[in-house]
Amino acid sequence: MTGITETLPAPTAGTKPRGLASKFALQDAVFHRSTQFFAVLVLATLAGIIASLFVGSWLTLTQTGPKFFVTDVWDPVRSLFGGLAPLWGTLITATIALLIGVPVSFGIAIFLTEMCPPVLKRPLGTAVELLAAIPSIIYGMWGLFILAPILAEYQPAISSSLGNLPLIGTLFQGPPMGIGVFTAGLILSVMVIPFIASVMRDVFETTPPILKESAYGLGATTWEVMWNVVLPYTKAGVVGGIMLGLGRALGETMAVTFVIGNAYNISLKLFDPGNSIASSLANEFNEAADPNHMSALITLGLLLFFLSFVVLSLSRWMLSSLSKKEGRRT
Amino acid sequence: MNAVKNSLATLATVLMAGMAVSASAQSITGAGATFPFPLYAKWADEYKKATGVAMNYQSIGSGGGIKQIQSKTVDFGASDMPLNAEALAKDGLVQFPATIGGVVPVTNMDGVQPGQLKLTGPVLADIYLGKIKTWNDKAITDLNPGVKLEGPITVVRRSDGSGTTFIFVDYLAKVSPEWKSKVGVGTAVSWPEGVGGKGNEGVAQYVQRIKGSIGYVEFAYAKKNKLDYIQMRNKDGQFVKPDDETFAAAAAGADWKSVAGMGVILTDQAGAKSWPMTGASFILMHAKQDKPQNGQQVLKFFDWALKSGQKFATELDYVPLPPATVSLIQAEWKKITDSSGKAVF
Repeated sequence: MTGITETLPAPTAGTKPRGLASKFALQDAVFHRSTQFFAVLVLATLAGIIASLFVGSWLTLTQTGPKFFVTDVWDPVRSLFGGLAPLWGTLITATIALLIGVPVSFGIAIFLTEMCPPVLKRPLGTAVELLAAIPSIIYGMWGLFILAPILAEYQPAISSSLGNLPLIGTLFQGPPMGIGVFTAGLILSVMVIPFIASVMRDVFETTPPILKESAYGLGATTWEVMWNVVLPYTKAGVVGGIMLGLGRALGETMAVTFVIGNAYNISLKLFDPGNSIASSLANEFNEAADPNHMSALITLGLLLFFLSFVVLSLSRWMLSSLSKKEGRRT
Repeated sequence: MNAVKNSLATLATVLMAGMAVSASAQSITGAGATFPFPLYAKWADEYKKATGVAMNYQSIGSGGGIKQIQSKTVDFGASDMPLNAEALAKDGLVQFPATIGGVVPVTNMDGVQPGQLKLTGPVLADIYLGKIKTWNDKAITDLNPGVKLEGPITVVRRSDGSGTTFIFVDYLAKVSPEWKSKVGVGTAVSWPEGVGGKGNEGVAQYVQRIKGSIGYVEFAYAKKNKLDYIQMRNKDGQFVKPDDETFAAAAAGADWKSVAGMGVILTDQAGAKSWPMTGASFILMHAKQDKPQNGQQVLKFFDWALKSGQKFATELDYVPLPPATVSLIQAEWKKITDSSGKAVF
């Protein structure tokens, strides 16, 4: 025994198994720390972006103050800036996008979950999701070259018919150029459909079949099942999906810049040219040499950041509350 | 052992040769105006063929070019809007023109031939102010007897800040007191009227799409897209067509010495053949060069460009600077020195 202990150097003998363990422990610690670092990096980036947006917009926030958000003058020559016009344009185009996109997405989701022959289910679902893969600049080009001329042709007819309606008539007026707030909203609606439709389809599929079967068994039509059973069950998820689409519509830049007309005006006429926050940033950042101009643009960026942040947080929260509810029931 | 030594020696020689090559294959960088970008890109290409020195130019816009040269991230900046004496002095910059081009109003109307429509500066300003709203307005028909004009006017302008806009609105401000007081002059202005297209190509697209529209683009874009240009009445009361000749005529009368940094704005120049919306594009460099060899390379490049490179300017519908102007520019270059005050070129 003694011979063995003497021939084997003491440290090696004692630490061999322990050394392996500590090596693993070290590996684990390194792995843990590095993954943690990557995760924290995301948060740090987010905080950094918010901080730099605040620093950049400080000049405007302190000098113009809250007035920036309620005035619509945008005059780079006199260095007077108000963000209401792009804010208005952003909200209006997003609203149009949702008004058109939500019913269409709802239809797509109902068809895919309830009525679609199984053979078509996969290809159709994939096709809808592929719409989201088209780069936004392609939508912009398509909007400018194909959609705008077509709209320009039909706008006079729309203006002379729908434009005469009481109350909402004003909405359908404006110069027949095919370029403007309405066209931007239309393009956006096509862009948000894949997001909303695929979320809706996914949440509709979480409805327990037993609920639907029972309703069908009681003689309900497909519409009644959707409206009275599936939709109430998945309400939070559906709203979450819509919010996700809204988030995309608010921040979309290139496609909107191509077709919105880029004019700083606030008008109820949807065929008038307008501007959105994202497209004014895209247009003016290059040439903004004046510090006030630069700061005003960054303030717009900050505003957009908060809008999208709030909308996307709400959407996440609603989607997660749905999955919690689902977990409780099953 | 000897073989190893030999191969080591060879390796060392190869490495050194490689380093020598990389030292001589310098590259210079510039950033700024989009208006002269096609010309600078062509010059860079030809210059590399001729000398092996690469010039990288990023067309990020005049405002960006000014910012980049102020922060010294590039060897030279380019701007369509000349900086004034104070701005130049503040950052210790030297400014000189590199090329001249023209801005052209274009329209899209059925039954009107290119160059058939005639306008004056004040009428153009009133259209852009939104005071003249239809093509059969008396102010327009009086200038164009016999031309069938009708329908509403759609005004198209740039949505982004741009040197092209600067030249255009500078002209409008010179001919219309109302434009000067209400809108003013800048690379981006608060437009009273119209839709905005992004870039020359955006404006060209909108004008081609919208019947009865009027826009303004750099001459090369109007030519490439075969847009219907307009004849303008110049300061001497003559109607002129936009081409190399009328741009050159506007440049010929310029008194480059009258403004610090040669920052002459060539709009509304006198002369029977002068095109009223002509403008020079400028280069900005630091007077004190931190890296004198880079400054020297930049000046070598422009020396080549302003002499041998002028034929490419004509090819691309820019106007070559006259020899007298080039010698003025070279006199200006003497201000660019290294830290000891010795001129780098």
